[in-house]
Amino acid sequence: MKHVALLARLELSDEELDYFGGQLAQILEHIDKISAVDTSNVEPTAHAVEVTNVFREDETTPSLSQDEALSNAPKAESGGFVVPKIV
Amino acid sequence: MSAGGNGDSGYETIIGLEIHVELDTVSKMFCGCPTRFGEDPNTQVCPVCLGLPGALPVANWKAIEYTIKSGLALSCEIAEFTQFHRKNYFYPDMAKNYQISQYDLPICTGGHLDVETDDVSRRVGITRVHLEEDTGKLIHVGGEGRIAGADYSIVDFNRSGIPLMEIVTEPDIRSPEEARAFMAKLRSILLSLGVSDCSMEQGSMRCDANLSLRPAGDTELGVKTEVKNMNSFRALVRALAFEVERQTKVLQAGETVEQETRHFDAAKNITTSLRTKEYAHDYRYFPEPDLVPIKVERAIVADMAGKLPELPDARRMRFIESIGLGAHEAHLLSDTKPMGDFFEECVDGGADPKAAANWILGELSMHLNATGLEIEDCAVTPKHLTQLLKLLDEGTISGKIAKAVFEEMYETGKLPGVIVDEKGMTQISDSDEIGRVVDAVLAENPKAVEELKAGKDRAIGFLVGQVMRLTKGRANPQMVNDLIKERL
Ligand SMILES: [Zn+2]
Repeated sequence: MKHVALLARLELSDEELDYFGGQLAQILEHIDKISAVDTSNVEPTAHAVEVTNVFREDETTPSLSQDEALSNAPKAESGGFVVPKIV
Repeated sequence: MSAGGNGDSGYETIIGLEIHVELDTVSKMFCGCPTRFGEDPNTQVCPVCLGLPGALPVANWKAIEYTIKSGLALSCEIAEFTQFHRKNYFYPDMAKNYQISQYDLPICTGGHLDVETDDVSRRVGITRVHLEEDTGKLIHVGGEGRIAGADYSIVDFNRSGIPLMEIVTEPDIRSPEEARAFMAKLRSILLSLGVSDCSMEQGSMRCDANLSLRPAGDTELGVKTEVKNMNSFRALVRALAFEVERQTKVLQAGETVEQETRHFDAAKNITTSLRTKEYAHDYRYFPEPDLVPIKVERAIVADMAGKLPELPDARRMRFIESIGLGAHEAHLLSDTKPMGDFFEECVDGGADPKAAANWILGELSMHLNATGLEIEDCAVTPKHLTQLLKLLDEGTISGKIAKAVFEEMYETGKLPGVIVDEKGMTQISDSDEIGRVVDAVLAENPKAVEELKAGKDRAIGFLVGQVMRLTKGRANPQMVNDLIKERL
């Protein structure tokens, strides 16, 4: 549970660890049930829809302006998105 | 010994490379934003490559085509069925918190590339070639611009979403020099295919290396380190040579190598541990639900295979077999596409192949090295060199003058014919004109004349030299020689 929280960059209290831990266990149990179904005669599905090969040609389309791109940024500097200290 | 420097240490060097190549498409991998280099930050972005909610990616077919072609050139199997996966991680270089990449169904698998160094020829296995999207660029503010110690960072997403081809090799490379040879050959193949401009300096070709040592004769692999940030062929060789030496010392001291990522510092010529908190990589790959899978028709693959351009190995063989070059010259001239193209244009323009090869590998390469230019960027074109060789061949100019003309045309880009006319450098082949100078020189140097008559052949060189000096190198040397002998 702690590992999953770390991967998602979530800080959880002990109570929350208990609470979500229980929910996660239920989900895993449910998946075990699905795994029990015999699928030996079923083709694996790669995608939810039966469509393949959707492509675009290598052509450019207009981009946003710098102002538009940065309009939702909490903080911007020198034309870039400002992000907090990484390490 | 080899640049690995571990030849007598009893250890064998094992290197595997992971190469990232930005593909030369005009639009990005999953959106229509342009891919130009050096534009103002965040001016080539849209909702898709900014990862805004609701934006949907659509794959650029040209990038897939380029990846298949590259795979074919590296003798890979091309998958009949392939798809994209999400690689999940938290790092601000991707707006979505995941990168669209490939996982268990890459486009190409199981190829190889033969590389040659002075010592050996080796077949390097290609594990896979897959397609993903490039990330944004981070600028770290404070802490001398390095991530550790920075106060905050600024993100430019212009690069984010540019098609990025990843090539992974087997750990088959045995020295830093072989790694360089592999990269040089790969680069020349990709340039021949026209799929990337492969500039290590601009970052359109990047290379990480896994390097480990093991006692010679062992079959099990030792602990490896991952070396990053090598921005030129020179940096690659130096970084790997340093790492070989470092690991050798660690092992010889009876210690163990730590598995870690190390950063090459080109200014100090060393690799240093990144010492970031390394979470165990857990990318939780899953199939990208926003993109449908790809079925690669065999007919399309066969068609691409049939249309591959001539690759460096084939070109080298042709230079040897049909043009008659020596193995070494053929290797040097086919190694990079621009140089091979330059040579062929000269030959097609009527230049003698051997003379053209000599001038390209000699005078021209020397000038390129001295000025730090690439052959395609310098003022001398195949037309210049072909014309110069013609003037030389016809006897209009002497070999010595040709070098002076070359110098001038390298600097100014003027055609050799123009330079020769402007400076009056035409070779004098008129026997009366040369004869008058010969007479004057003989009259002025009675001592040398006596010596020559007494059988000292060395004296003739001196007399010819005097004539050449007086004619500013323009006299036909053979005629000068003949005329002096005739006079005595
Ligand atoms: Zn975009």
